Amino acid sequence: MHNPQLNQHGELQHLLTTEGLPKSIVNHILDTAESFVSIGNREVKKVPLMRGKSVFNLFFENSTRTRTTFEIASKRLSADVINLNIAASSTSKGETLLDTIDNLAAMHADMFVVRHAQSGVPYLIAKHLHDTKQNHVHVVNAGDGRHAHPTQGLLDMYTIRHYKKDFTQLRVAIVGDILHSRVARSDIHALTTLGVPEVRAIGPKTLLPGGLEQMGVRVFNDMDEGLKDVDVIITLRLQNERMSGALLPSAQEFFKSYGLTPERLALAKPDAIVMHPGPMNRGVEIDSAVADGPQAVILSQVTFGIAVRMAVMSILASN
Amino acid sequence: MKLHIKNGRLIDPSNDIDAQQDLFISAGKIVAIGAAPANFNADKTIDAKDMIVIPGLVDLCARLREPGYEYKATLESELRAAVQGGVTSLICPPDTDPVLDESGLIGMLKQRAKAQNLAHVYPLGALTVGLAGQQLTEMVALTDAGCIGFSQAEYLIQDTNVLLRAMQYAKTFGYTVWLRPQDAYIGVGGVAHSGAFASRMGLSGVPVMAETIALHTIFELQRSTGARVHLCRISSAAGIELIRQAKREGLDVTCDVSIHHLHLTEADIGFFDANARLSPPLRSERDRDALRMAVFDGTVDAICSDHTPVDDDEKLLPFAEASPGATGLELLLSLVMKWSNECHINPAIAIAKITCDPARVAGLAAGNLTVGSSADVCIFDQNADWKLEGKVLASQGKHSPFLGYMLPAQVQHTLVAGHLVYSRN
Repeated sequence: MHNPQLNQHGELQHLLTTEGLPKSIVNHILDTAESFVSIGNREVKKVPLMRGKSVFNLFFENSTRTRTTFEIASKRLSADVINLNIAASSTSKGETLLDTIDNLAAMHADMFVVRHAQSGVPYLIAKHLHDTKQNHVHVVNAGDGRHAHPTQGLLDMYTIRHYKKDFTQLRVAIVGDILHSRVARSDIHALTTLGVPEVRAIGPKTLLPGGLEQMGVRVFNDMDEGLKDVDVIITLRLQNERMSGALLPSAQEFFKSYGLTPERLALAKPDAIVMHPGPMNRGVEIDSAVADGPQAVILSQVTFGIAVRMAVMSILASN
Repeated sequence: MKLHIKNGRLIDPSNDIDAQQDLFISAGKIVAIGAAPANFNADKTIDAKDMIVIPGLVDLCARLREPGYEYKATLESELRAAVQGGVTSLICPPDTDPVLDESGLIGMLKQRAKAQNLAHVYPLGALTVGLAGQQLTEMVALTDAGCIGFSQAEYLIQDTNVLLRAMQYAKTFGYTVWLRPQDAYIGVGGVAHSGAFASRMGLSGVPVMAETIALHTIFELQRSTGARVHLCRISSAAGIELIRQAKREGLDVTCDVSIHHLHLTEADIGFFDANARLSPPLRSERDRDALRMAVFDGTVDAICSDHTPVDDDEKLLPFAEASPGATGLELLLSLVMKWSNECHINPAIAIAKITCDPARVAGLAAGNLTVGSSADVCIFDQNADWKLEGKVLASQGKHSPFLGYMLPAQVQHTLVAGHLVYSRN
């Protein structure tokens, strides 16, 4: 089947998922990001790679952090950024999703950065752009439902590469609400693509989706067992709404079994790093002592995130 | 009008006929097979050389969308689609707006359908008022008005006691209860088969146990009430196994599968293709293979089109928000012949699943070419492959997961009660 995120030359047309993304493209994005990291430290934090291009941030679901980092990344690339908080605008007036896209494309958009609560929406937009012969417009998935959050996945890979160098010797544990997490899915696909020999998922049975084994993941229900000798721990945010719907009794009870405490962290390798996609719930999935401790690289993730998003956008704009 | 259909290969599974035989029709009835009756002077002769002549198809599930959803489809468009697909009798579920829960609506629907002079329409009445799963409908009056059974369509009964009462009441009068087995809670909000594929795509799942738990409940209620049940659109291997056991046990139960589930799997969702958003969801390859085997061995009684016209606005949406369903009336014959070709099933066995077998399930006299019966006939060219595109469909529903497929078997002529209601060219 035609992979909609690659063009006919096998180059990145859209960034929709890390699943099936060729390793060469992943490495190209990470290498490009590396060259952008230092820009943030310069006096003039801009490069002219996307001068004259218009990036539309289409956030059908609320977000502050991701939208802001995309906005900063666009501005550092000298693009014009237009933020649309669609949750509160046209679609609530009855306009359909694809009508919104057509209208914005008519304003000569070059790139859509899309977040939506439903899985697959960036594919719907990409297909529509293809069907209406608007192949000059690129789509970046900034998170769709439970499906994918590829720039988060890539920035996590950047962070791991920065601290650990070689992917092929690592054990990586992803802890918490895997069922609802697009970050977990994007991380899993990227980690397996980059050759990580052991990816673990840790959580209660109610928060682990079926079929993880087929994605190349070892499943653990016991936190202590799952953390043993890992090099990287990715803790996931636990949404409050999970307490309804009979998935969990309470946040406290979750912390009791799956909260990352200093004692539990000690089970991992001594030089293990702790990551979190943010925003954190201290005392729910992570203890403050760990979040603020020497092994946490959570703020580095945020910094690298801008460089990775710059890399993705500049590569797309050049294809 | 006297009609002579000559030189065709006549397949009538109900009479064990598969031979080159001529068919003679007079006054809307089949009057002879093989040799012409004495003094038969045909007004019209159809040369069916290299074609197959079969009874008109009987479809156990076709939504016509009237009343209430005329923007999606009308009786005229969908009955035209039916005869273009060789379907001469169809059963429509009661999920219209208003719901088919009172006899006046049934009378009107039957009358409007009859006025089209196309396929015969046999409505299912709602099992409960408004399909709300609480109060029983006037089943006797609805039957008098023309309902051939009672169904909850896609609306699930939450209160098992209501289902028990409905089955007891239906059994009192010998009516059949048509149910699509799905638990009212497990899998609610699900849009794809629970499993590795749905997990990867981030789509919420409908587990197989949503079907099997409902089947266990239905069978237990049947053991108590003795009611006759037809199970609609079975989707899983585990469900099939339970039905096999229930039939062996002697429960009065029949079942069907849809053409979609006979061919497709969850993987056909591809990159969130809303045309593959169906209810029940497409399941795994193992399930699909079990369904195919079960149709062949007779556990599954019939194949239906599950015809559901959906307009563009309701399909060009995020996968989970898109309306479930696909167009099917014009694909039923071709997809059954495709199954027959792919699995090397004798065409007579395949054709039985869309003619005499569904007629038996619905209690209709249709689906056969017995001398003296109504001349509902389909004549098709098994060698004419055609490409499925929206523009070739008569139905107002243009959405199908099979769009772009090359399909075998093209209907050339359709007769209803001796009238030529469709001719290609």
